[in-house]
Amino acid sequence: MIALEPSIKNRPEFINVRVRRQDAPGQKSYWELHKIKYEREMNVISVLQRIAAQATTVDGKKVSPIAWDCGCLEEVCGACTMVINGRVRQSCSALVDRLLVENSDEIVLEPMSKFPVLRDLMVDRTRLFKGLERVKGWVPVDSYYNLGPGERISRDDQERNYPLSQCMSCGCCLEACPQYTKIELTREEGESQEAFEARKKAAYEEAFVGPHAISQAMLFNNHPTGKALAAERLDALTGPGGIAACGNAQNCVAVCPKEIPLTTSIARAGRATTLHAIKKWFDR
Amino acid sequence: MAASTQPARVVVIGGGLAGLASAMKLAELGSKVDLISLTPVKRSHSVCAQGGINSCNDQTRQLGDDEWKHLDDTVYGGDFLNHQPPVKEMAFWAPKVIELMDRLGVPFNRTGEGFIDRRRFGGTLYKRTAFAGATTGQQLLYALDEQVRRQEAAGAINKFEFWDFLGLVQDETGRCRGAVAQNMNTMEIRSFPADAVVVATGGCGLIYGRSTMSVFCTGSAASRCFQVGAKYANAEFIQVHPTAIPGADKLRLMSESARGEGGRVWVPRTPQDSRAPRDIPEADRYYFLEERYPEYGNLVPRDIATREIFDICVNEGLSVEDDRMCVYLDLTHIERSELDRKLGGILEIYEKFQGVDPRDEPMKIFPAVHYSMGGLWADYVKSADGGLEPGAPRNHMTSIEGLYAIGECDYHYHGANRLGANSLLSCIFSGLFTGSSIVNYAASQSSGAADVPQSLLDAAVKAQQERHDHLLNGNKDSNENPYLIHQELGDIMTRVATVVRKNDQLREAITKVDELHERAMRVNLADTGAWTNQNVIFAKALQDMFPIAKALLRGALQRDECRGAHFKPEFIKPPLTSDDPAERRRQAEAWCDAFQENNEKYLKSTIATWNSGSNQPELTYEDVDTSLIPPRPRLYGLVGAEAIEEVWNERAAALAANNQTSKPYAGSH
Repeated sequence: MIALEPSIKNRPEFINVRVRRQDAPGQKSYWELHKIKYEREMNVISVLQRIAAQATTVDGKKVSPIAWDCGCLEEVCGACTMVINGRVRQSCSALVDRLLVENSDEIVLEPMSKFPVLRDLMVDRTRLFKGLERVKGWVPVDSYYNLGPGERISRDDQERNYPLSQCMSCGCCLEACPQYTKIELTREEGESQEAFEARKKAAYEEAFVGPHAISQAMLFNNHPTGKALAAERLDALTGPGGIAACGNAQNCVAVCPKEIPLTTSIARAGRATTLHAIKKWFDR
Repeated sequence: MAASTQPARVVVIGGGLAGLASAMKLAELGSKVDLISLTPVKRSHSVCAQGGINSCNDQTRQLGDDEWKHLDDTVYGGDFLNHQPPVKEMAFWAPKVIELMDRLGVPFNRTGEGFIDRRRFGGTLYKRTAFAGATTGQQLLYALDEQVRRQEAAGAINKFEFWDFLGLVQDETGRCRGAVAQNMNTMEIRSFPADAVVVATGGCGLIYGRSTMSVFCTGSAASRCFQVGAKYANAEFIQVHPTAIPGADKLRLMSESARGEGGRVWVPRTPQDSRAPRDIPEADRYYFLEERYPEYGNLVPRDIATREIFDICVNEGLSVEDDRMCVYLDLTHIERSELDRKLGGILEIYEKFQGVDPRDEPMKIFPAVHYSMGGLWADYVKSADGGLEPGAPRNHMTSIEGLYAIGECDYHYHGANRLGANSLLSCIFSGLFTGSSIVNYAASQSSGAADVPQSLLDAAVKAQQERHDHLLNGNKDSNENPYLIHQELGDIMTRVATVVRKNDQLREAITKVDELHERAMRVNLADTGAWTNQNVIFAKALQDMFPIAKALLRGALQRDECRGAHFKPEFIKPPLTSDDPAERRRQAEAWCDAFQENNEKYLKSTIATWNSGSNQPELTYEDVDTSLIPPRPRLYGLVGAEAIEEVWNERAAALAANNQTSKPYAGSH
C-alpha cells in the first residue's frame, strides 16, 4: 500500500538505529546503537517499538527500553516530536523508507535540544504550554450555560482561523527557532517545590514566547469574542520575550508539520503591536 | 467538614472531551478540580475524531427533523440496547452543546452566509453533522483545553499531566474518597482525596493490539475501577470502523465524513483486476453498498458497512489486493478545492502515511477496531418527561458510591452500535450535564475530601507501592516480556472478537487469554529503574487489560444473537424466501415472532462483576429502558423488509391502541 521509494533498489535486511540516550535530567548523554529487522511500511514509532521489545543493543548488551513520547500516531496529537536524521519532526509520520533515502546507513534519533531532557527522547515541554497561558489563548466567554449561538462568522474568517487552530503544540517551530533557547533549571538545595515552580515560571516569562504562541494570539484576536482580550495579548507580545525577540529567521514556518502560516501570524502581530503601542501612547 | 460549607473537591481522571468538559463545568460551579492525565490533556485521544458532531438544527427541522428523530436514529442504529432516557436528554442538549462550542471559538466550517455548515453522516437521512474540516475532535478538544487553561490560570483547576491513575481510595463502606496516581517521571505515588472522582478515560482499543485508538487507550483506568467493584456493562460491544488505513503500528482512521461528502466504496467486479482504478470503467466496478442498500447507500450504519466490506473481501474474494484485504474508497469524482476545504485533514493523513494523493487515486481501506460502546456501568435518574433529572446525584454514578463515569468509558448512549458523530456529542454532553449532579452529591455528604482519614490514604498508596515494587523486582526468574504478551493478546482478540464471532473460537480464546493473563502477572521488566520507567507503566496497563478482555469474551460467548456490532453468523435471522404473498406474510409473521422472542431474552445489558478470587468476570443481565421508543426490527437492506415492516407496524399500532400512554413511533424507516 505504501508507495515505496523507487530509489531504494536493495531493501536492507536490517536497519541500524543510533539513539542519543540520557538516563535522567542533568546527566551526560551517550549514543547507543541498535539493529532491527527491516519490515515494509515501518515508521520511527514501529522502529522504537521493536527496540523496546528486544531491549538489547547491537553488541548484545541488555539495556532498558528507550523512553519516548507518543500518542495518536497519525500526526494530530503533537506528542512524538524528536530530531530524526538531524531534522525535527514527528516520529509517527517519519517513514523508514524515506529516511533510508536520506541516509541509507542508519537512522539517527535525538531528543529536541530546546527543552530539558527527562529521559532519552522524552523532553519537558511545560514551557511551550505556559506560552499559551502568557498570550491568554482562549475565548473569554461569560459562562458555560446555554446562551444561544455565537456570532455569525464569515467563511473567509473561518478559513483564516482554522489553519492557525490546527497547531498541535508539537514544538517543531521552537526547536528550529534560533531565538528560542533552552531553559533548564534545577531545584536548589532547600528550595521548596512551589518556590522552584515559581522560579521556572518567572524564567519562562522573561524569555521568548515562541512563534506558536504568537500565532495563537493572532487567532484569538481574530475571533469576535476572543477580541475582548486583544489589548492584553498585545501587551504580552510587546513586553520582554515578545514579538521583538523574533529574529525573522523564518525557520518556524519551514518545519511546521501542519504548514501553519506562522510567519504571516508574526507579521500580523508585528503590525498590531506597533499600532497598539502608538494608540497607547496617544491615550496616555 | 460538610462539603456544603466549602467548595467541592473533585478528581477528574482523563483529559479528553468528557474530562475537560467536566473539569471546566465543575470549575464554573465553584469546585476545586484535580485533573489527572497520562498525557498533556491537549494530546488526548479525542484529537483523532475527525468527522463531526450531531444535532438537529434549523435546516433539518424544516425538513421534518427534531430531537425525537435524533433519539430514534440513535437507538435504531444502536439496535435498541441504548438506555433511552439518557439518549433523549443528549439529543435535546445537542443543539445547545454545539452552540456552546461555537461560542468557545471552535472554527466550524461555514456556509457562504456565515452559518455553521452541516454534512450527512451514517445512520440518518438528515444533515445533522457540524464539522471543523476533518479534524473536528481536535478542534473541540482544543476549545475545551483552552477553557481549562483559563480556569487553571484562575486557580480553579490543578492539572497533573503525565500522571497515571492507579486506583481508588475507598472507605469501609466502599464509598470512593479519592484516587491514587503515579508521576510518570519521578515515579512518586500519591493520593488525591476528593468528594467525588470522575473517570473519563475513554476506550480500550489497545486490547486488540492495533486499532484506530491512541497508545494510551488501554482501558486500564476503567479496569482498575472494575477490579475493585465497579460494574462493567456491554463489554462485548466493540465498534469496528468500516474504513481505516492498515498500518504496521496503527490502523489509522479514515473518517466516515469521506462518505458523508460523497465518497463511494467499490471493488472491481473481476477479482484483483490488475488495471489501475481509474482505468476500470463503471460497468466493471461493484459499488456494493449502494447496490445492497439503495436508501442509505454508502452511509449505512457502521456495523453494516463493516460486515459488508469484510464479506466482500473474505467470502467473495473481491479484495483489491490479493495478499492483503482492502477495498476502494473513492473521492476522485469530487472537486479538489471542495475536498481540501471539507476533508483536508484526513486526506493529508492518507497522503503522508501512504504516499498516494487520494484526490487522484482511490484510497485503499479496511475495517479496524474503533470504539467501545460498553464501559463502566453507571446509573441515572429519569425525569417525568422521559429524560434525565438535572442535578440528581446518581446521574452517571457507577456502582461505587462517589465514583462517576462519563464519555467513552460509560455505557449508556450507543447501545450495540454507535452512529458516527454521536461520540463527540455524548462526551461533551455527559461532561457538562453531570457537573451539577456531582456538586450536589458532594454537598449532600457529611464527610468530605478534608475528612478522609490519613490512614485510609496511606493504605491506598501502600497497596499501589507494593504492586509497583513487585513488578520491578518480584519476577527475576521469569522471562515473560510485556510487549510480546501484548502482541499475543492483540492477535487473539482481533481474530475472534471483531467482525464475526463464533462460539468455538470464543471458547478457545477464553482459555488462551486466561493463560496469557497468568503470564502477564509474572512479567520480568527490562527496566527496573526509578525514573521515567515506561516499562513498568506499560506492564501495569497490560495486566489490567485482561479483566476487560475477559469480560468482553465472556459477554460475546454468552450472547447468542446478532445485535449491532455483535455478529454471530450462527444466529442470523434469515431473510424471507417466498414470493407467494400469503406465504410471505406467514414468513414475516414468524420472523416477527422470533424477533420478539429473541428480544425478551437478549435485549438486556450485560453486566460484568469482577471476582478477584477466581480472577474471572461474573455476568448478569439487566433490562434496558426502552420506554420512549419501542424496539423494532432493524431492517436495513434485508430481503423481505417491507413485509416484515408491515407486520411489525400492525402489531405496534395494535399495542399502541391498547396502551394509550406509549408513543408508537414505529416504522419511520
